[in-house]
Amino acid sequence: MELLDKLTVLADAAKYDAACTSSGARRGFRTGMIGCTSSSIVGCCHTFSADGRCVTLLKVLMSNDCSYDCAYCVNRRGNDTPRATFTPRELCELTIGFYRRNYIEGLFLSSAVLGSPDRTTERMVAALRMLREEYRFNGYIHAKAIPGTSPELVTALGLLADRLSVNIELPSEASLRRLAPNKTKAAILAPMGQIRDQETESKAELVKYRSAPRFAPAGQSTQLIVGATGESDRHILRLTESLYGRYRLRRVFYSAYVPVVENTLLPALDTKPPLLREHRLYQADWLLRFYGFRASELLDEEQPDFDPRLDPKCCWALRHLEFFPVEVNRADYEALLRVPGVGVVTAKRILVARRTGPLHADDLKKLGVVMKRAQYFLTCSGRLATPLRLSRAGVLASLLAAERAALPAEAQGEQLSLFEKAGS
Amino acid sequence: MQWRNIIYQYDGSFDGLLCCVFESYTQKERPTAIVCDEDACLFEIRSVVTVPEHAARVSRSLRKLSSDVLPLLRRVFLTHLPDKEMAIYRFIAKLYREGTPYLSRLSDDAYQPLLRAARQLATEVEHLRGFLRFSIYDGVLGAEIEPKNRVLPLLRSHFCERCRNETFFIYDRTHREALLYSGGRSRIVPLDDFRPAPPDDEESEYRKLWKRFYDTIAIRERENPRGRMSKMPKRYWSTMTEFQVPAEPVGKPKQETLSGA
Repeated sequence: MELLDKLTVLADAAKYDAACTSSGARRGFRTGMIGCTSSSIVGCCHTFSADGRCVTLLKVLMSNDCSYDCAYCVNRRGNDTPRATFTPRELCELTIGFYRRNYIEGLFLSSAVLGSPDRTTERMVAALRMLREEYRFNGYIHAKAIPGTSPELVTALGLLADRLSVNIELPSEASLRRLAPNKTKAAILAPMGQIRDQETESKAELVKYRSAPRFAPAGQSTQLIVGATGESDRHILRLTESLYGRYRLRRVFYSAYVPVVENTLLPALDTKPPLLREHRLYQADWLLRFYGFRASELLDEEQPDFDPRLDPKCCWALRHLEFFPVEVNRADYEALLRVPGVGVVTAKRILVARRTGPLHADDLKKLGVVMKRAQYFLTCSGRLATPLRLSRAGVLASLLAAERAALPAEAQGEQLSLFEKAGS
Repeated sequence: MQWRNIIYQYDGSFDGLLCCVFESYTQKERPTAIVCDEDACLFEIRSVVTVPEHAARVSRSLRKLSSDVLPLLRRVFLTHLPDKEMAIYRFIAKLYREGTPYLSRLSDDAYQPLLRAARQLATEVEHLRGFLRFSIYDGVLGAEIEPKNRVLPLLRSHFCERCRNETFFIYDRTHREALLYSGGRSRIVPLDDFRPAPPDDEESEYRKLWKRFYDTIAIRERENPRGRMSKMPKRYWSTMTEFQVPAEPVGKPKQETLSGA
């Protein structure tokens, strides 16, 4: 098979992986090596694909010739699809050729299970070792640790890669049993725990010896599929929170389920991927990581799913009107962060700008406050930003009207019908 | 200070602009405009000579107020903010008048536009770190960009580190200048015209591979042209490999790829 065709098959098979960041690692320049990833801590997007997702890394599978039979996956054994496997050299040439031309920041290497997890990981390690040692590549590498791989091989992988990830795939063990019979919760969590421990160990070693080997300096991430099974947003968000806490993950990625195979256990083939739901989950994920929210605040048993029409912070604010209005000139940073329409950067600007004198409503917009959301929740020196004091229903209606244009067409239709119902 | 209808003309350098500030304070007058090129007009034009000591005195006075001011102004000077010379002048004048506390009045009318312009510049630099595409001509990397702001001075350190072992150049079509790097040394030089050489076989092959990868990696069911355009505005597309039709040996040149989402 020609390289172009191989690349097509193996990129196509890898495209459902959501992670594509080069963040969290600083690799300074080293003499005799190619490249570095020290430009910025937030990573670097090299392009955006037609679906609007950032492309930072050459995201491919080592092979799509899988021995597993997970129901939701295109590469499962029973599926009739072209199969291909990269040789380590092909992979290295591609990575270096793309990297030098500034197409990518590095390599994202995953693989279908070739025979056994150990055999697969051995091949990945061989390719990455060639890339690092023979081709002297000093850019970013993200490698997938396959559940069930022996710890020594995970260690070898972690010493070559910047970031490792183990995909949780489905948000509960019951769903795993049903759809991915070859994977178990224990097999997924074992490498996660190992990676966490070795990362901590390596950090401690680095403090003592500057040249100690670095194990996965950019930590680990994971991904789970949303919408293939029936778990609620609350379940997913609580899982996320415990992954951040217990396994110290850097990121949890959500991937809206795109039906690729016909299976009675799965949503029908013509189901639209739940993109808006995925978006709301990412927004909530940000609230957990940067805004000091807890999963239990955002969703509870009475309301286990997000309202797709409004972002999670607005929803939270509407259910906690007693917290508002927040006084811009007095509130502390944490309180400002809870106001819809005020982000991390804006909140910090407010703290600086109010040092020299009280802020007025027209200053807020210049500081970056999104007034269409924030106006109902803020006061400036005791004065409300909106002239009228609205009820909860009034604020909800105004917020919905303001957000409507930004929603995708399906969700807009849904909303119109709700309004009609309310009106009739 | 009294108001006289006077226009300063300077040499277009940042130090030159600081000398205009110096001139204004020593002459006790406020210019109505600061221009770089000579235009016939009704007002009196005075040409301000760039004297390094004068610029240094202004720099020192600003540094005394805060260490952040000068770097900010240098960045603003690279932007395409309309009438940036007067915007910078007005800001400095107000800063002298009100002192350091002025620097926290982020929403002030003389300050906020500068901050916004600097932010836009930073965004463009961030974008181009990723969206810039090199072609390899006989082992030398070459790229062309069409930025709104003068980004080359800010891209310099990033690419010099990333491509430390390479020889490369980046040509800025908008401002007609090029960043050259070879053997650990870099220079920014004015360059009026640049025509890239046609790609060799290996180069065309990699372009083809990249374009194929780019087209494959998108998930059709999630297509989102608006999302893509907001994160990667179309003005960058003209210099990005994945949006170019590979040069066919025969046949008509296709232009419509840029509009196809």
